[in-house]
Amino acid sequence: MNRTAVLMVLLAAAALVVVVAPFVGMMHVPFSALWGAADDPTQIDVLWKLRIPRVCMALLAGTALATAGTAFQAMFRNPLATPFTLGVSSGASLGAAICIHLGWAFSVLRFSGISLFAFAGAMVSILLVYGLTRARGGSSTATMLLAGVAISFFFSSLILCLQYLSDFTRTFRMLRWVMGGLEGAVSFDEVLGVLPFVASGCLIVLYLTHEMNLITTGDELAASRGVALGRTKLVLFFAASLMVGAVVAVCGPIGFVGLMAPHICRLLIGPEHRYLTPAVMLFGGAFLTLCDTLARTVIAPTELPVGIITALLGGPFFLWLLLSRRSEF
Amino acid sequence: MTVIRLQSFSFRLGDKPILRDVSFAVEKGEYLAIVGPNGAGKTTLIKCLDRLLTGGTGEIEICGRPLRKYSQKQLARLISYVPQADGRVVPFTVEQFVLMGRYPYLSPFSAVSHEDRRAVAEALQLTGTAEFAARLLGTLSGGERQKVYIAAALAQGAEIVLLDEPTTFLDYRHQAEVTALLGRIHRSAGVTIVAVTHDLNHAVLESDRIVALREGRVAFCGPPVEIMRPDVLRKIYGTSLLLVEHPQVGLPVIVPQAPAKGNR
Repeated sequence: MNRTAVLMVLLAAAALVVVVAPFVGMMHVPFSALWGAADDPTQIDVLWKLRIPRVCMALLAGTALATAGTAFQAMFRNPLATPFTLGVSSGASLGAAICIHLGWAFSVLRFSGISLFAFAGAMVSILLVYGLTRARGGSSTATMLLAGVAISFFFSSLILCLQYLSDFTRTFRMLRWVMGGLEGAVSFDEVLGVLPFVASGCLIVLYLTHEMNLITTGDELAASRGVALGRTKLVLFFAASLMVGAVVAVCGPIGFVGLMAPHICRLLIGPEHRYLTPAVMLFGGAFLTLCDTLARTVIAPTELPVGIITALLGGPFFLWLLLSRRSEF
Repeated sequence: MTVIRLQSFSFRLGDKPILRDVSFAVEKGEYLAIVGPNGAGKTTLIKCLDRLLTGGTGEIEICGRPLRKYSQKQLARLISYVPQADGRVVPFTVEQFVLMGRYPYLSPFSAVSHEDRRAVAEALQLTGTAEFAARLLGTLSGGERQKVYIAAALAQGAEIVLLDEPTTFLDYRHQAEVTALLGRIHRSAGVTIVAVTHDLNHAVLESDRIVALREGRVAFCGPPVEIMRPDVLRKIYGTSLLLVEHPQVGLPVIVPQAPAKGNR
């Protein structure tokens, strides 16, 4: 199958998932609820106030995480890089943990205090990584990677410290937050808050696909072919980190999508970023929407954290792809 | 016309001086070989010429304009670079890889132009790599891969090609093929070539001029015949080398010393 066809199939699959997902769930909702014709007004509310915003959020989050994963894997030439490698999620988790520990419950412009603290934490970690990299002079990705990992560990132990010091309920809330999930994100306000970050981040990454191809071949070769390495890497770093920060602030650190979506798409469409990046965007969004739909239905009325589903479903799928395509890669 | 000019260029890595007060010029269409013992600063020099290393003192001019004034893409249209073989696994096909050489002419969302396709096809043709255009780079032998790297540099359309040890890790056949290829590019396409090499014989037979570095300084700069004198070579390499006359062209070349009889 050629690459355009693969993209078309992914697009169709993503569209199907997005159209069907809002109508799946505990309560039956007829299609007509879309335009406000339903026997029971709660059906309209469930569709428009709960399910559609949640599907939108899952789509944005999946797209952002998968795209950022692709950007980081290209930038660090490391197949194990994830959107969280540079400590964005640890920063966000620390912010959320501080807010939970303090027991502050407030909201600004309908964003919860925890989300705002988490976003601030993510920004702090991004600025720290950037500052440390600059302090050592230049834009070495090795320094960036080490700074990110060090900050990650540092923040993680601060989180453990807070968990240890908090009472039982708060500790549980912190633990639950770190698992990630979309059950907290149920209004269009969050969707609209995250959208600008994800949209601009994705556009920037799409704009830099040629550069990502060249960076995969090595820094020197890329520079000699005309890539302004320092600037390109910095722009990629900020674009990817900001959208991940925004998503994590609302959904918590949802694992697996950012690591595996790029690999799965590489097996489907190859390593050329001009095709890989759009494929990853479609796949990541659709995959997380699918997983989230399962997360809220498999053991309804209880929800599973979506991070459990992403890995349970994605892991075997990835292994199957890897084994069935052995000859080509 | 002078395409590369270095004026008392020095470069240090931390406290260690790597290049000291290097000055020379390269004319358009010239084939310049840079030789010297290990650690003399050859690779550093060639990386400074393509601004892969920055921060030296002194002046480097490319086509009459200071190196630092070029944007990265402008520079890439003038100079291309073939790195030392490092065995890095690159996940692309030969054609995709060569097409990446067209980066300085591409704009972000546009499709590959007719002109780009033509340049890639020409580069593949000239280097004899068209037959494995669809193969993954990782499946090629060292010699084939070196030719693909040269093809990518050609597709870049630059008038100066810098090469770092283009033949060092190749077998005899591929050495000959790559050498012939470089000669062809040099003569037919009028490309200026600056090649770092360990192989003095190769430098003498192929190049128009040789620059020899020793401990970061220019120890010799001149035509190939003049470097092939025992006293000059001893000064550069710190060891005596055995010279014989090449049977075909009459130039002096180096042959390995036979071990002393007593050691047998």
